Amino acid sequence: MCGIAGLIHKGRRSNVGAEMTSMLQALKHRGPDSTGYAVYGDPGDGEYVMRLKVAEAEDMELGRSIHDQLERRIEAVDAILAEHEAEVRAKERVRPYALRYVLNHDGDTGDMAEHIEETEGVEILSFGNGLELIKDLGDAGIVAEAYGLSDFEGTHGIGHTRMATESDVDIKSAHPYWAFPYNDVSVVHNGQITNYWIMRREMERKGHRFVSDCDSELLAVYTAHHLANGVALEESLRRSIDEIDGVFTYLVCTRDQLGMAKDTMAAKPLVLYESDDLIAMASEEVAIRAIFPEEIETHDPYDEEVRVWQA
Amino acid sequence: MSGISDAELREMTQEERVNALGMTTEQLTGKSLYIEFDPDAQERFAYPWAPDVDFNKRTEIDTGDLTNTEVNSRIRDLMAEGYGTIVLQNPRGKHSLAVGILSRLNLIIEGSTGYFGVGLIDGPNVRINGRVGWSCAENMMSGTVIIEKNAGSTFGAAIRGGDLVCKGSVGSRTGIDMKGGTIIVGGDTGALSGFMMQRGRMVVCGNAGKNLGDSMYDGTIYVGGDIRSLGVDAVPADLTELDKEWLTRKLTQYGLMPENGVDHFTKIVAGKQLWNYDNLEPNEKKLIL
Repeated sequence: MCGIAGLIHKGRRSNVGAEMTSMLQALKHRGPDSTGYAVYGDPGDGEYVMRLKVAEAEDMELGRSIHDQLERRIEAVDAILAEHEAEVRAKERVRPYALRYVLNHDGDTGDMAEHIEETEGVEILSFGNGLELIKDLGDAGIVAEAYGLSDFEGTHGIGHTRMATESDVDIKSAHPYWAFPYNDVSVVHNGQITNYWIMRREMERKGHRFVSDCDSELLAVYTAHHLANGVALEESLRRSIDEIDGVFTYLVCTRDQLGMAKDTMAAKPLVLYESDDLIAMASEEVAIRAIFPEEIETHDPYDEEVRVWQA
Repeated sequence: MSGISDAELREMTQEERVNALGMTTEQLTGKSLYIEFDPDAQERFAYPWAPDVDFNKRTEIDTGDLTNTEVNSRIRDLMAEGYGTIVLQNPRGKHSLAVGILSRLNLIIEGSTGYFGVGLIDGPNVRINGRVGWSCAENMMSGTVIIEKNAGSTFGAAIRGGDLVCKGSVGSRTGIDMKGGTIIVGGDTGALSGFMMQRGRMVVCGNAGKNLGDSMYDGTIYVGGDIRSLGVDAVPADLTELDKEWLTRKLTQYGLMPENGVDHFTKIVAGKQLWNYDNLEPNEKKLIL
């Protein structure tokens, strides 16, 4: 059992960091192991935001040598950025093992991302013009405070509270997943994909890479594959209903869209609230009520239902 | 089964044994088992610990800052003090509110509840002026639950009695494994509604999702709108005058009577070709056969 949540403001910005934190904290009981956010802001014209980790949180307990390793990994990342002529406009070490870069770059960002990930122990969590993906161990309150999410202004976001069932309690298995190496695409998922290995091998044959053994990562790669080949988000979500086996409800964000899909059995919950200027959804109503104390109209999407909303 | 010996049962025909053991056939649904209780035994249906409440004694609980456990404890304390009408304010989607109430009570919930609301109840009359999450009224034994807005999936799972009414639409697997009682949906219902239904009646005024009544053992489903597909062994049946009369009475009672009446409703029952449809428990079967 995991918890997922998402919201999108139409044509306006809001404090989506605080809103998502309230929603995810209300879902803590569905998954206390880790919490993740994919929130969409606006770093500035032509600027990219890159979030990465240079170690797992638990690695920090390995002793003094890990700190030297972290410095070497960060130096290696900086050198690769320089090699690709990326201009670092800002660099923030949010946690000892997590960094946020703001970059200007005119080249092939996918190629640069692949180069950076060749560095042992380094994993890019997100890359894009709007996406900032944050995930760490602990509940939403802990993660939001550690990463300064309480005043993140943006248009939309998705989040996840994870109860680890089939892979480790670590950051690389936490959601959301960025659809490497495609900018600004993120996924959260509640459920279990039963043809994971078949689909994973199919995606790997097409050249995609996976960083974890978590079945949810497949949805990010699957979505990225479609988007990269010109398939619209809504069509990708529809195809997934037929092609992916198992029980699932998942949410996908792009730079300016938020989509949802529910499997043929409707076995995983989602409650939906729609108004003229805001759409919010979560595994449980209690999460939506966390940002709407007043009485509102909500409903459950049905089996095989696919929806996409524009920011 | 008052005072019938095994020797007497052995002497009876099968039909006589069925009647003597209180097992009869329910006309609306075909072959169904129920026991007609002696009116003198009605008092057995009141739990000995049930508080004697006064419906005119009314109070409210502001649940905003309370946990669901605290709310449920407060309800029991108030019932012990004789309060027969309790209003819950600010439920804000809390889970498991008002579960396990086993006696008479007027309960009004002003807002929406989360999962497993009013589950395991036996007797109260509940009105929820909001939406309910998954598994509302699961295992309900008797009483009435009326929801003014929408409901989540597994609405009325495994209920055994009472009337469960949602005036809006509900999610998937409505009435899964229901063993009695009545579920009424004013709007649409999702996939696999009535899955493995064993008894009781379900009314859907709107449309029904795919695999309606899949693997149902018994019971009846009435649908006013379109049915996306029927499940395994769920088959249409003739809508009788008795069905129409019952539908009219129930839908009128809850303010859900369609303007065009009930003649257009489709009746779905079990085809009974799938499994062994014996109504009897193994020990009962030994007595009769």
